[in-house]
Amino acid sequence: MNDQVMENREEHWRRTRNLMIINLIIWFFFAFVVHWFARDLNEISFIGFPVGYYMASQGSLFAFVIQLFVFVRQQDQIDRDCGVAEED
Amino acid sequence: MSWFRIQGRFVDNLPKIYGIYTGGFLGFVALMAILEQYGGATADTIGILFVAFTIVIYALIGWLSRTMQVDAYYVAGREVPPVFNGMATAADWMSGASFVAMAGGIYMGGHSYLAFVVGWTGGYVLVAVLMAPYLRKFGCYTVPDFIGTRYGGNLTRLLAVLVLVVASFTYVTAQINATGTIASRALQIPFEVGVWFGLLGILLCSMLGGMRAVTWTQVAQYIVLIIAYLVPVFWMSMKQDFGVIPQFAYGDATARIQELEPMLGVGTLKATESFAGLSALVNLHATPGDSALAAWKFVTLVAAMMLGTASLPHILMRYFTTPSVRAARTSVAWSLFFITLLYFTAPALATFTKLQVLDPNLATSIIGKAIVDVNALEWIQKWSEIGMLKIADSNGDGILQINEFFMRGDIVVLATPEIAGLPYVISGLVAAGGMAAAMSTADGLLLAIANALSHDLYYKIIDPKAETRKRLLVARILLILIGAAGAFVASLKLTSILGAVAWAFCFAMSGLFFPLVLGVWWKRANRAGAIAGMAVGLGVGFWYLYMVRFAGMEPWIGLDHLRFGIVGASASLISMVAVTLMTAAPDAETQAMVDEVRIPSGATILGSTH
Repeated sequence: MNDQVMENREEHWRRTRNLMIINLIIWFFFAFVVHWFARDLNEISFIGFPVGYYMASQGSLFAFVIQLFVFVRQQDQIDRDCGVAEED
Repeated sequence: MSWFRIQGRFVDNLPKIYGIYTGGFLGFVALMAILEQYGGATADTIGILFVAFTIVIYALIGWLSRTMQVDAYYVAGREVPPVFNGMATAADWMSGASFVAMAGGIYMGGHSYLAFVVGWTGGYVLVAVLMAPYLRKFGCYTVPDFIGTRYGGNLTRLLAVLVLVVASFTYVTAQINATGTIASRALQIPFEVGVWFGLLGILLCSMLGGMRAVTWTQVAQYIVLIIAYLVPVFWMSMKQDFGVIPQFAYGDATARIQELEPMLGVGTLKATESFAGLSALVNLHATPGDSALAAWKFVTLVAAMMLGTASLPHILMRYFTTPSVRAARTSVAWSLFFITLLYFTAPALATFTKLQVLDPNLATSIIGKAIVDVNALEWIQKWSEIGMLKIADSNGDGILQINEFFMRGDIVVLATPEIAGLPYVISGLVAAGGMAAAMSTADGLLLAIANALSHDLYYKIIDPKAETRKRLLVARILLILIGAAGAFVASLKLTSILGAVAWAFCFAMSGLFFPLVLGVWWKRANRAGAIAGMAVGLGVGFWYLYMVRFAGMEPWIGLDHLRFGIVGASASLISMVAVTLMTAAPDAETQAMVDEVRIPSGATILGSTH
């Protein structure tokens, strides 16, 4: 393996790992943090729902779905930039 | 139907084929509606036709997908497009418990039960970010195949098989139980017979074609179950003027319930009688418990369900079937999308049903009405007869109070069409949907167990020289034996549906989560560490479950038997890291293998047939 390829692979894994950490932070927020404060959030109303209830029944779910579709695009971009993407 | 044989054409024509299938199914529903209106068909006839018709279709798909090729049997030939794999995963994932019990759980449990909704969706973030693309690049047939090759050695492979069998078998008995319950009710046969009938349907789908057959039946089952779940909700919402997409418009209904709760005494009036398996409504609908412990219990249940999701082999193996690493990632996103369609509807269904029962302004309400009138309602009589519901005039005033109405949560989905006065055809549809949900999950689980035993135990450890024919024969015999064992255990009715489901998640995360994640993300992780992680994780998980559930130990900081995976997985992480650091780093060859797994391009680690 030549140096350029090695360098690309290291760069690829560094960016992949950073993307993973960012995604886990977002995940942690919508999985745990918002629900820890559900009682306080219920004081606020969003399209008729108490927000604490809304986040557990819909809000977090939508956040996860959107997060994953964005993640797929970003990871694919990283793979392409570093020349390790699969052939189309 | 020759296009099923010609692989290229079949896969290219998927949207068309499943489009026709969906149209055909809707046509069948319309035909049943006509039969009910003009042909005088009874509810029983419609129920039988719905369940029988859908099972025949699944069995037909299973038969058409039969194969004698190893990679078709184990990984559906790795040619399932992401969107369709997403649907198959969603059906694989959403069990009888999701379909039948979730809305009921929210109805009875209120906010605290929503931890399942959050946990069973958010786990897919972990699957996509940490696991699925790397396992796909590895090119394994089963989850123990990854563990066994990454860490090396038969003991690691064997331990992974053990965790897989413990977790999946716990889960599959609950699913066979659910198919038995639905089949017995729809076809009017005894439960014990229903269990074996359900198993027969499951085996017809999976035995001849393995993963390929299961994939294409699961897509068909997803279409049935999502139609069956959404149609009653849309219908009920239109009847109550909440608009066409009720999921966004039930905020007012939630607020109305919060307003009614103090008036009706929800949470303050406790039941004075008790009936086995039934309960009165005591939990507030949208208000979380007022303590740090309540919040802690919510987030720990979320965590247990999420880590369990990312460790369950029957889910992870679905991503082995995509054509590429990129497709595996995309497929996880689609899976979550299709799952969310059902999971964000369940709370809406629970809310609407509760409003129907509670709100004195609605004609359907029963709380606050005269008990004589309530007992005259057809749905009350029907569900009382089979012990799913009980009206008791505890204080003898002739009026039904909130603490005098007892029910099983499951009837929220099953009886809602009747409570809302929808035609029988909807009840038949719901029965078919529940059957599809339970069958598809049971299929995936049975296949995960049988594949691990036939590939990892038989082929990789016992007889590495076995020919293809023999391998696939062994796989099929194991499928039948495990199915029969599952049906036998299910017919003993040992646990309630939900208890067993949550346990499966906890077993899987205790033994597999960290060995899988660290296998990709920590190059230093070695064989001794993985063995310790699996053995200690599963062992501690077992011990803790036994202590809190059966030996009367006080749970540590609210970690009860539904959350024992938190304890097991923590033990797994600590022991795996400690033992790894105390022993030598893996050899250069293994480290190079991990480097290869981390990039999408290039050949898979294991060959396309191995």
